[in-house]
Amino acid sequence: MSAKQITIALVGQPNVGKSMLINSISGARLHVGNFTGVTVEKTQVSFEIDGYDFKIIDLPGTYAFTDYSIEERVTHEFLINEPYDIIINVLDSTNMEKNLQLTAELMTMSKKMVLALNMSDEADKEGIVINAGYLSQLLGIPCVSVSAVAKSGLDELIQSVIEVINEPVQEQKLIFSEAVEEEIGLIENYLNRHRFTAAISNRNIAINLLQKETKTYRVLHDNPLWIELQPILIEADHHVLLHHDTDDMKEAFAEEYRAFNRGILAETVKTNITAQSKKTLTEKIDSVLIHPFFGIPIFLFFMWGLFQLTFEIGSIPMDLINVFFGWLGETVGATIGNEEIRSLIVDGVISGVGAVILFVPNIVILFVGIALLESTGYMSRVAFLLDGFFHKFGLHGQSFIPLVSGFGCSIPAYMSARILKNDRDRLLTLFVIGFMSCGARLPVYVLFTGAFFGPAMAGNILFGIYILGAIIGLIAAKVLKMTAFKGADEPFVMEMPKYRLPSLKLIWHTVLTKTMMYLKKAGTFIAAASLLVWFLSTYPKNTELATSFATKIEAATSEIQVKQLENKLAEEQLSASFLGQIGHTIEPLFIPLGFDWKMAVALQTGLAAKEVVVSTMSVLYSLGSDANEQSNSLVNAIHDHIPFPSAVAFIVVIMTYLPCLAASVVFTREAGGIKYFGYLFTFTTIVAYSLAFIAYHFTLWIG
Amino acid sequence: MSEKSTMTLLSACTKGGMATVCKINATGPLKQRLVSFGLMRGVDLVMMECSPTKSTFEVKVGTLNIALRKEEAALIEVCNVR
Repeated sequence: MSAKQITIALVGQPNVGKSMLINSISGARLHVGNFTGVTVEKTQVSFEIDGYDFKIIDLPGTYAFTDYSIEERVTHEFLINEPYDIIINVLDSTNMEKNLQLTAELMTMSKKMVLALNMSDEADKEGIVINAGYLSQLLGIPCVSVSAVAKSGLDELIQSVIEVINEPVQEQKLIFSEAVEEEIGLIENYLNRHRFTAAISNRNIAINLLQKETKTYRVLHDNPLWIELQPILIEADHHVLLHHDTDDMKEAFAEEYRAFNRGILAETVKTNITAQSKKTLTEKIDSVLIHPFFGIPIFLFFMWGLFQLTFEIGSIPMDLINVFFGWLGETVGATIGNEEIRSLIVDGVISGVGAVILFVPNIVILFVGIALLESTGYMSRVAFLLDGFFHKFGLHGQSFIPLVSGFGCSIPAYMSARILKNDRDRLLTLFVIGFMSCGARLPVYVLFTGAFFGPAMAGNILFGIYILGAIIGLIAAKVLKMTAFKGADEPFVMEMPKYRLPSLKLIWHTVLTKTMMYLKKAGTFIAAASLLVWFLSTYPKNTELATSFATKIEAATSEIQVKQLENKLAEEQLSASFLGQIGHTIEPLFIPLGFDWKMAVALQTGLAAKEVVVSTMSVLYSLGSDANEQSNSLVNAIHDHIPFPSAVAFIVVIMTYLPCLAASVVFTREAGGIKYFGYLFTFTTIVAYSLAFIAYHFTLWIG
Repeated sequence: MSEKSTMTLLSACTKGGMATVCKINATGPLKQRLVSFGLMRGVDLVMMECSPTKSTFEVKVGTLNIALRKEEAALIEVCNVR
C-alpha cells in the first residue's frame, strides 16, 4: 500500500502548548525543517504512522484572524492560501472560553478539523472536567483530551485525524443569535434560489460575507449575482450592527461567538468550585515577581545571573574555538605550498568561518536563557515591569532583553528582538541595539583608556563609556520615535500567561533550531563577507614592494630588525591595498574629526569585526599583528601618535558607528530587507560623525 | 446595564477592584486585539496589579490575565465598580 500523505495545519492561540504537542506526537521520528518567513518561521515536522505520511505544519500562535502581529499575518495567510488537508486546533483545557473564540473563527473556514484539548492534566488539577464526547457532538468536530506533557491522548488524536480525513467535510454547527441567523438565512436563501454552488456551503458563504472575508467577496464580486446580492448585504450588515449596537462587525461577531461558546461550555465543562476559589499558584508567584517595589530588583538579579553565565561559561568554549581555528589555520597552511592559495584558505576562509563559529557559545547560552524566560511565562512579567520606563523613550517593555543582550554581542541581540511581536517596536529596538557596546568593542576601549588614563582611572572611564553608550541609545530611540517612527504609540496589550515549568526537550529543540539557522544563513554571509575584507586588504599585491623588502630583510642583521622590516612591509602593503586606497581617499572626510588615514582604515576593518580594530592598528603602527590591547608598545604608540581629542572622537565613533559585518547581516535579515541596512548605515553614520565632531572640538576647546 | 450611574475609566480603577466593561473606545486592530482577549462589553474584570506609577495595569478577565498600558486602559469604560 502506498503511503497516503496527510498535511496538517497546527493552529492555536499562544501559550496553549502547541510546540510541546508537536514534539510529543512526533517523538523520536522528528524531522524538523524550516521554511522561511521574514522573521517568523513555520516549523514543519514529518513522520509516518499506520501507513500514513504525516506532515505537520506548526503555525505561529494567533489569538484571532487579525493581522495585528507578524505571527497572525503568517498564520492567517497560510490558512487561506496554502494547501493542507486538515486543521488540528490546539486548545488549553484550562482556558476554554478564550480558546474557543479562535475555534469559532476556524469553523467558518469549511475545513476538516480536529480539536486537541491540551493540558488535560493541568485541568484535572484545577478541578476542570470537560466532557469531550458531548463537546464533539455539539460542535460537530471531534474533540480529544490530550496532554503533551504527560503524553496522554496522543494516539487518539492521530486516530481522529485519520478518521476525519477519510470522511467528507462536516458542516459546522455554529449557531448565532436570532437576529444574525435571520440575515444569514436571507443571504443563504438568495444564493440557493439562484443555484449558486461553490466548494463551501452557501451558509458558510453567507457567514463569510457578513464577516467581510475578502476572498469570498472577491469570488462573488465577479459573479452577475452580485448586482442583487449587494443591496441584501448592505441591509444585513446594517441589521447586524444595529442589533449589536456597534459599528464594528468584528466586535459583533466576537460577541456572537462568545455567546455561542458560553452556551456550549455551560453544557460540557464542570468546574470544581473548591479547587478554583483558592489563590492560584500563578497569582502567588506574581505577588512576589511583579511586586511594585521588589519586582524590578528581582528581575535585575536574574539578568545579572544570565550575563555572568554568558561571559563566564561562554568564554571557555570561545577560547577553545579560537585556539582550534588558530591551530587549524597553521596546520592547513603548512600543507599548502602556493602563497596566494594559502592566504586565501588560512586568512580568508578559515578565519572567516572561525569568526562565525566563535559567536556560537554566546548565542547558545543567551538563547537558553531567553527560552527559559519565555517558556516559563516570566518574559511577559518583565515587559509589564519595565514598560513604564522604556515607554518614556518610545521603546517597549520587552525591548529590554535585546538591548541588554547587546552588551554581550549584537548578533544574539538582534535575533532576540523577535520577542517583540509588533513590527514598529521591533524595528525601533533593532536600530538602537548597536549603541549598546558589544563585548568585541571592549579591547578597543581598553587600549585607548589604557593609553590616556592611569590604571585607577581607566576602569571608571571604561564604565562611563558603557553607560554613555546606553544613554545615547535611549536618546536615539526617543529621537527616532519622534521622527522616523513618528505616529501614534503602538498599543501595549499583552497576555500574562500562567507560569509553567519549562520543558528541557522543548528548550533544547528551540535553541538547536535557532543555532542551526544562525549557522546556515548568517554563516554563509559572514564567511563571504570576511572573504571580501580579506581580499580588499590583501590585493592588489605589490610585488615590487615585497621583493625590495625581501632583499632588505635578508640583509638585516638582528632579529629585531627583521621584525621591524616585516611590520613595515605589512604597513606599506596595507596602505597600497584596496582598503588602504579607500582609506587615503576618504581621509579628507575624517580630518574634521582629527583622524589620519590609519585611524580611518582601522575603523573600516572594524566593520568586519570590532576586535579587528586593535590588530589593524598594531599593523599600521608597525608593531606586528600579534600585539594585543595589553601590550605596552601599542599603548605607547597610541599615546605618542594620536592626540587626545582625536582619541576621544575615535572612541565615540567606535561606540556609535555601524555594527560589525556579521551583526549587520543579521540585522538586515531580522529587519526584513536590505533597505533597512541602508537606513541603519545612514543613521549610525550621521550619529557617529556628528557626535565625534562635537567630542573632538569640545575636547580641543577644554584641552 | 445602568450605564449612566457609575461609569469610570479602567485606568482609574484601584487594585483588587471588580468592574464590568460597558464600552470600548478603541478602533481597528487594537479593538480586535482587546476583543480577542475577551475584553468586550458585558464581561466582568478584576484589577490584579498596577505599577507604582500607575503606568501599567494587569486585569483578569475570566481565566485570562492581561497587561495594559494606562493609555489603553483609558479607552475602556467600566461600570458597576465594586
